[in-house]
Order: sequence, then C-alpha cells, then structure tokens
Amino acid sequence: MNLDFSPEQQRLRDAARRLLTDRCTPAAVRKVLEGEDRYDRGLWRELAELGYLGIAIPEEFGGSGGGYLELCVIAEELGRVLAPVPVSSSTYLATEFLKIAGSPAQQAAYLPKLASGASVGTFAMSEGAGEPMARSLRARVEGGRLTGTKTPVPDGDTADFAIVAASTAAAPGASLYIVDLHGAGVDRRPLATIDPSRSFAELTFRSAPVESLAVGADGERVLARVLDGAAVLMAFEQLGGADFALEAACAYAKQRWAFGRPIGSNQAIKHMLADMYVSATLARSNCYYGAWALSTGADALGEAAASARISATQAFQHCSRNNIQVHGGSGFTWAVDCHLYYRRSNQLALSLGGLAPWEDRLVDKLRRRSAATER
Amino acid sequence: MDFEDSPAEAEFRAVARRWLDANAPKEFAAALRQAGFGELNLDGVDVLTASKRWQKRKADAGWACPHWPREYGGRGLTPIQQVIWQQEEGFYGRLATPFIVGHGMCGPTLMSHASEDDRRRYLPPLASGEEIWCQLFSEPGAGSDLAGISTRASAVADGWVINGQKVWTSFAQLSDFGLLLARTDPSVPKHRGLTMFYVDMHAPGVEVRPIKQANGQSGFNEVFFSDVRIKDQQRLGAVGAGWHVALTTLMNERLAIGSGMTTGFEAIFNWCCSLERSGAKVFDDRAVRSRLATWAARSSGLKYTASRAITALSRGTTPGPENSIGKLVAGSTMQEIAEFALGLAGPLGVVSDPLSAIDGGRFQAMLLRAPATRLEGGTDEILRNIIAERVLGLPPDIRVDKDIPFNRIPSRSA
Repeated sequence: MNLDFSPEQQRLRDAARRLLTDRCTPAAVRKVLEGEDRYDRGLWRELAELGYLGIAIPEEFGGSGGGYLELCVIAEELGRVLAPVPVSSSTYLATEFLKIAGSPAQQAAYLPKLASGASVGTFAMSEGAGEPMARSLRARVEGGRLTGTKTPVPDGDTADFAIVAASTAAAPGASLYIVDLHGAGVDRRPLATIDPSRSFAELTFRSAPVESLAVGADGERVLARVLDGAAVLMAFEQLGGADFALEAACAYAKQRWAFGRPIGSNQAIKHMLADMYVSATLARSNCYYGAWALSTGADALGEAAASARISATQAFQHCSRNNIQVHGGSGFTWAVDCHLYYRRSNQLALSLGGLAPWEDRLVDKLRRRSAATER
Repeated sequence: MDFEDSPAEAEFRAVARRWLDANAPKEFAAALRQAGFGELNLDGVDVLTASKRWQKRKADAGWACPHWPREYGGRGLTPIQQVIWQQEEGFYGRLATPFIVGHGMCGPTLMSHASEDDRRRYLPPLASGEEIWCQLFSEPGAGSDLAGISTRASAVADGWVINGQKVWTSFAQLSDFGLLLARTDPSVPKHRGLTMFYVDMHAPGVEVRPIKQANGQSGFNEVFFSDVRIKDQQRLGAVGAGWHVALTTLMNERLAIGSGMTTGFEAIFNWCCSLERSGAKVFDDRAVRSRLATWAARSSGLKYTASRAITALSRGTTPGPENSIGKLVAGSTMQEIAEFALGLAGPLGVVSDPLSAIDGGRFQAMLLRAPATRLEGGTDEILRNIIAERVLGLPPDIRVDKDIPFNRIPSRSA
C-alpha cells in the first residue's frame, strides 16, 4: 500500500510552495483581479521555465517527462495561492487533448509550444445556461468550418487556440476540433465573472477554419478521458485552496480576541473549523485516490475522478465560505483576502460542469461496477 | 502510488491467509458477512460460545492480538502486519466483538501501566478470550466531562474500598475484570484526584444491571459498587495519576472505534438500485443521485484516509491525525442515510417488522442505533474539540472548574 507522494515529489512540492509563496502573493493575484492584466504573464513564464507546464509532457515534445503525480503536486500548490494563470485551460485540458488524441504532426506542432508557455490553449464546450451535453451541441462543423457560440470559455480572450467540442454531419455526438483563435471568423468578448482573478470570454465562430482532432465516438471517448483527468487535477487545485482557507481561518481564530478571550476558544468557532478540517481531509484522500487512478491509467479513473471532484468542490466551498464567517466583518472587506478564495471556490465549482454531471457519473460508474461484481 | 503489498507484506499475507483458510469457522461466514445492527444470529449456536471458541483457536496458533508481544499472548507483529491480519480475518473478526474493549483499550492500558507480574498473569487470557474485560469509566453524572466522576476509592489498611456507580459499560455482564477509574481525593481539582484500578467483576459488592437502550436492545450496563474491597496491587499507575492513565485508554478507544466503521452507504446504494416508485426507478431521480453521490464520496474519502494511515505504517512511520475523523463522519452519515431510506419508503418506512419492512428492517435498525454511534467513545462534540485543539492547535475551552477542588465545584454541591 502506497497512497502518498514519494520523497522526490514532496521535494517538488516544497520547491513549488517556496516559489509560489514568494512570487504569487495576494498582491499579484489582485493585479489580475483588479484588471491590470488578464493573467500574470511573468508568473506564466516562470512556471514554463521551471518546467511545470510541461511536467507531464514527454521529453521528445519539449516536456520534462515527469508524470501526472508531479502535475498533481503542482496543481495543489497553484490552488493554494490562487495562481492567476491559464494552467487549467492550457495544461490540464488543451495539452491533454493533444497528448491523448493528437496526430504525431499535431503533437509535434503544439506540445512544444504548450510546454514552453509560448502558446496558451483552452477548451470550449459550454454553450450557455445548463450543463453542456455531448449529444446536443449547437456549434457545428461543416466542410472544415465551425459556426456557433461558446460561452463561457475560460481564458477564451487570451488563449492562442482552443479545442472546441462541436457536432458534425460526419458523425453523431461530440467531435473535437482545434481552432486558431487568432484566425478568421473568430470573435471574442471578455466576460465579467464572479472571479475576475481568472478570465472568461464568449467566443463566436462564423465559418472559422478548424483542424480535426477526434471525430464521433472517438471524440466522446477522448472527451470523457480528458475531463476525468482534468477533474483530478482541478480537485488538487481546490484542495490547495481549501487547505489554505482553513489555515487562514485557524490563524485568525487564534489571534482575534473578543469577550476577553481568543475567538478560537469558543466551541462555535472550534467546531466550525473541525468540520472544515474533516471536509479537507476527505477531499485529500479522494484526491490521492484520483491521482493514483490517473497516474496508473486504472479502470477506476471515472469513479475516482468524480469522487475527487465532488469531495474537493464541497471542501473548497465549505472552507472558503466559513473562512469569511470566522473573520467576521473584516472578512467581507475588499482589502482582506477571504473573498479571493470564496470567489475562486465558486468559480472552480462550475468549471468542468457543476456537481450534477459528476454526481451522475459517479453513481452510474458505481452501479456498473456493482452489476459487474454480481454477474 | 500503488495498492500493492511489499514483498515482505505479501509473504506475511500469504501466511495469514493460509492459516485462516484452514481454520476459520466457515459455517458462520454467511451470517457474519450480512451482520447489520441487530443481534448476531448464528443459526441457533450461542454467539459467546462461538466467539470464545474462535478466539481460543487463534490464541493456540498465536493469532490472538497478534500485534502484542509474544510474552503477553501475542505474536509480535508490526503495525502494518496487524493491519494485514485484520484485512485477512475480515468478517470473522466480528466474532471478537465481546473482546473489543479488552483487546482495544484495557490490554494497552495494562501493557503501559501494570506490573510485569500482572501483565504476564492477565494479558494472555485477555488475548485468548478466556477472560473478558470491560472499562468502568462513564457515570450518570460524568460522561464527556469524564474527569468529573464521583465513584470513590477510599484508602484502608492493605488496599481500597470502592463505592459508586458506573454506566454505559459494554459487556460488563460477560466480564471477569474491569478497568476502574475512581476518585481517591475529592479535595483537589478534579483531574488530580483520580486513580486507576482493575477490579474482579465477580467480587462481592459488584452488581451488574443491563440498561434497556432507546432502541430496545441491551448492549450496555450499569455497574454498582457497594463496599467492594480491592488490594493496592490492583492500582495502575500512581495515586492521583488516574487521568493520565485514562488518556492512554481513551486514545486507544478512539483508534479502535474509529477504524473501519460503516457509513451504511453500500446498503443504501444497493437498495436504491433495485427500488421503483410510482413506476419510475428511484435510481433515476436526480435528487436521489445527488445524495448517493455525496455519500459515496464521503465513504471513499474515509476508505482512502485509512489507506493513507496504512501507507504511513507500511513506511514505518506514525500515521497523522487524519483517522480521527472516522467516527465523526460515519456516525452522522449513517443517521442521514437511515432517515433518507425511510423517507423513500414512504409510510412503509415506519415498519420495522423484518418480514414486511424495506430491506429486512436494516435501515430502521440503523436509524435507532445511530444516535449511540454519535455518543459512544467520545461524542461528536468532544471529537470536534479534539480535532480543533490537538490537530488545528486552537486554544482550549475555558474550563471554570479546572482549578477548584472537586468537592467545591458548584454544580456538584447543588
């Protein structure tokens, strides 16, 4: 039994934490939050130079040839500091689509630029209200050209290219295409969101030229696999955020005095913090299981990813919400950082679809497994 | 990351499995596998007899309390080997229920605080199930505030005289010995006037009465002490050091109760898979799926939290505090699941008759047992205090009685 990171991976974590604590301060997050730029380009370059963006990309494509476990470690650290960079879009999603479904030529063309940070990719699926459904996409590709609207697209206003899920006459269901966002027929409109420390846009395509990545049944298989992996990685970001919010709440409860005693000596506060610890611990254990499944390519990936996603979403929302409560009035000021975590937790809860599709995925997977054992 | 044994662990697992294959009481396998919250039913075979027989067979082969040192009736296993043994013994371990207090709490306390002579005398028959032990801690006036107990041990020539009442004592009716926390000095603050002893449950003046619990069963007892005389050799630790000794016991209690607890998730999931309501499959109901998914993630969270602790043991290190969440999460989840199942059944939910109840009455039994899980071995509130203070480092509660002599604490003189 070995459900923990190795000593080398722990050292990677220590190094990443040192760098990010120093480099990705709340002040840096606020520069993006307050609109100075759409993401922290300096931090992005540093992450690329350290090899973090290409940590799970093979060396032949300019990556550092590590694996998913290393990427999980980095994701948790990025989550702790609310890193205002497009790592989830570019690394967990676009890069993974290309690694899993790209032709050798596509991999050679895109992966080195993704590893070096020279190119930012994203993934566009949602078409407005409701959970995006692979079977009812309105965006359509005909004759190698895409028409339709995708919104909200994370990093849609700054990414260089997008993997777009669309329908096509050639095959039923969702197919996947690569679209150059600097090319013809692409309109981008930045969107205000509940979490301005990350950017979102509405993308309108009018006969935009596309490159096929995976069509029909193949597209749906790839889509499911990449979303599972991204769910695990994003769960690690959420876990990092949850832990940080819990630590911030504990620190405040120890130093804030009221009624002649630290507020943390009151059971109402202590028990709230204990429950946050419980949520964060359940999330961590599910995340580790997800990391195991992702890194070994286990059949249980779907189930493990959904458990991690659900558990980590609940934990980050729980911890960030109660972090404000513990901070009292000061927690609701712009100047104190609590709201940054509250915003991010609610934004991450809806990226990759809200809880509902992951809940469905988990119970369906469990049912299939229990039917298989009965047979 | 992997879920594999190391070569040495695999070798040990094979040895354990071989012995179990040849020796486990397979005639009880089906009944033990399905055991829920009702009384264990072994098709007419007396449960205590079956339990003692299985425990003795293990003891004769060196598999009773195998993590204890050999000289005290164990096998000297490492912590990770003990975990592997428990995994392999699986549901047969449920037969050891009458011994869990002795094995999990009294044994470790004796190991830390008894004289060498007493350890050699008492631990081997405790391990083999030939002598059963109970823990005499809680009282009608002191539960969460355990240091507020009032059972008196008064010094007399050559020993002590015990007077008072204990409550919620599991297996007292079967026990040969008990670990007793008593007050030896009421004139000092409460934590300082306690002393730990062990008593012969068959001694004159000890009376055990079963408690009829809220769920109608009787798993616990009241124990009355009237002028029970014990020798000074039956003292564990120094006079006045009883609180310190009790903490050893309680830490072991929480480990024993918290590990591998059921949340009821598997039961509710399987039941929902087969259920139809108004011609529609309950499993397809969005609200039902959402609840099931949350409980599934919580159960797997507990399962892999245990895996992380086992990982630490396998690496030869001490597990972190994560496992302290086990009972806290499992108790309230079980209660939520039971309420939910009854609600899905509609009016039939009230029926607990095994012949007509949903799923044989499993969820009704769970509903009525769940409150006890949230209280026994540390209430939800005490567990939250422990997490907050020992794990998160928050300041202790303000305790107004901490420095007052026990016999001057206001509520007690009132």
